[in-house]
Amino acid sequence: MSEMTRRQFLKVTGTTLVGSSLALMGFSPGVALAEVREYKLARATETRNTCPYCSVACGILMYSLGDRAKNAVSNIFHIEGDPDHPVNRGTLCPKGAALVDFIHSESRLKHPEYRAPGSDKWQRISWDDALERISKLMKADRDANFVAKNADGLTVNRWLTTGMLAASASSNEVGYLTHKVARSLGLLAFDNQARV
Amino acid sequence: MALQSLDIIRRSATTLPEPQARGAHAGQVAKLIDVSKCIGCKACQVACMEWNDLRDEIGSCTGHYDNPPDLSDQSWTLMRFAEYENPKGDLEWLIRKDGCMHCADPGCLKACPSPGAIVQYANGIVDFHEENCIGCGYCVTGCPFNIPRISKKDNKAYKCTLCSDRVSVGLEPACVKTCPTGAITFGSKEDMQQHAAERIEDLKSRGFAQAGLYDPMGVGGTHVMYVLQHADQPQLYSGLPANPKISAIVGLWKGISKPLGLLAIFATAAVGFLHYIGIGPNETDEQDEEAARRELKNELEKTP
Repeated sequence: MSEMTRRQFLKVTGTTLVGSSLALMGFSPGVALAEVREYKLARATETRNTCPYCSVACGILMYSLGDRAKNAVSNIFHIEGDPDHPVNRGTLCPKGAALVDFIHSESRLKHPEYRAPGSDKWQRISWDDALERISKLMKADRDANFVAKNADGLTVNRWLTTGMLAASASSNEVGYLTHKVARSLGLLAFDNQARV
Repeated sequence: MALQSLDIIRRSATTLPEPQARGAHAGQVAKLIDVSKCIGCKACQVACMEWNDLRDEIGSCTGHYDNPPDLSDQSWTLMRFAEYENPKGDLEWLIRKDGCMHCADPGCLKACPSPGAIVQYANGIVDFHEENCIGCGYCVTGCPFNIPRISKKDNKAYKCTLCSDRVSVGLEPACVKTCPTGAITFGSKEDMQQHAAERIEDLKSRGFAQAGLYDPMGVGGTHVMYVLQHADQPQLYSGLPANPKISAIVGLWKGISKPLGLLAIFATAAVGFLHYIGIGPNETDEQDEEAARRELKNELEKTP
């Protein structure tokens, strides 16, 4: 082919062009490689939980990376409604349906934080510090303001200067215990964040 | 493995017939959207994004409830809110979940020039395969419902897949599962038509005399159907077309232009061949060469 003339070159390139054009125009059989996207939850670990938002307390299924083997670090990558849960039977509202973004949100609260009076900054504190501070303040306030008897001398055991706001995603048993704790302290202002 | 297990019945820009032996003998699938039950909570939009790993840009308020303002490569479904004042003078809030209708006769697939970029499965789902997409946008022209959107990131077309990955393992689409009011249901097309008939009867008993099912025959019926309170005026629902049809341009291009184009190619080749055997190549003899050399010489002498 080292002796190729201009005419031979044109013949070869022209034939190639015609051939490839015909293939592109649909004369060449196409291979069907189309396939649906892989089902992404196939072997993910499924964990049941309760949606943390409102008092409806919908059941959710959380799907995480790995099979909980010692060396596999779990990471939740998908959440959807639990079809076996009697409350929602698989459905979720827009907030519940977006829970996976709540988990991975940059602004998600992951530890106790404290803002000093007059300060404009939150500072991180330990759980021990937080619980100790809360209990000390509660005790000081209760000691100062607890009402054992009303004006008529009737025993009332009220503590009206502090309130408690409980979480919604609790079982009946947790709700019972929370109620016992709040009422045994004499708290009357006692509500649930679900009504906020 | 891929082709047979998926039971593809139609494939874009492919001239060879697809395997036809397997069929959806238990019925094709369908999604039924009962507009009268929808409260516009947008859980379907969220569930769609979560399942399909999409996140649209956080936009700004455009003066209406539609959020985001339009479908996009990241938003494959969208609640469209329409306020309608009925003849009695009462306000009706008609909220329609917009998205791919999964037509039995898909205009996008017919218009698509790229082999295998759009496929139709035996169960009725019309799916885009972005790895084969060339981003020409013909599917947008071909769609009577204005659904496909070309991504600005990769210039490929995207739309609702009817969660083909979930349906392929026997699950319902994500939007269907999450819907808190049960406005979206999923099952065989026959079951959905039956369910729709019950809903229409109920709506008629509540004073919506024109209630009906939207399953337009202009596109061969759809695998996403609506129960409408005013089925006689689908345009009330944010411009749902009354008689959707595949654009005539698609028929013209795929019907006449293609054979005409091929004819032109073969005619050119035939003319070239006839010219070659009839007149032959342009050859020169020694006299011609001598004349050319003289002419060249004269030209060179003229120029200083």
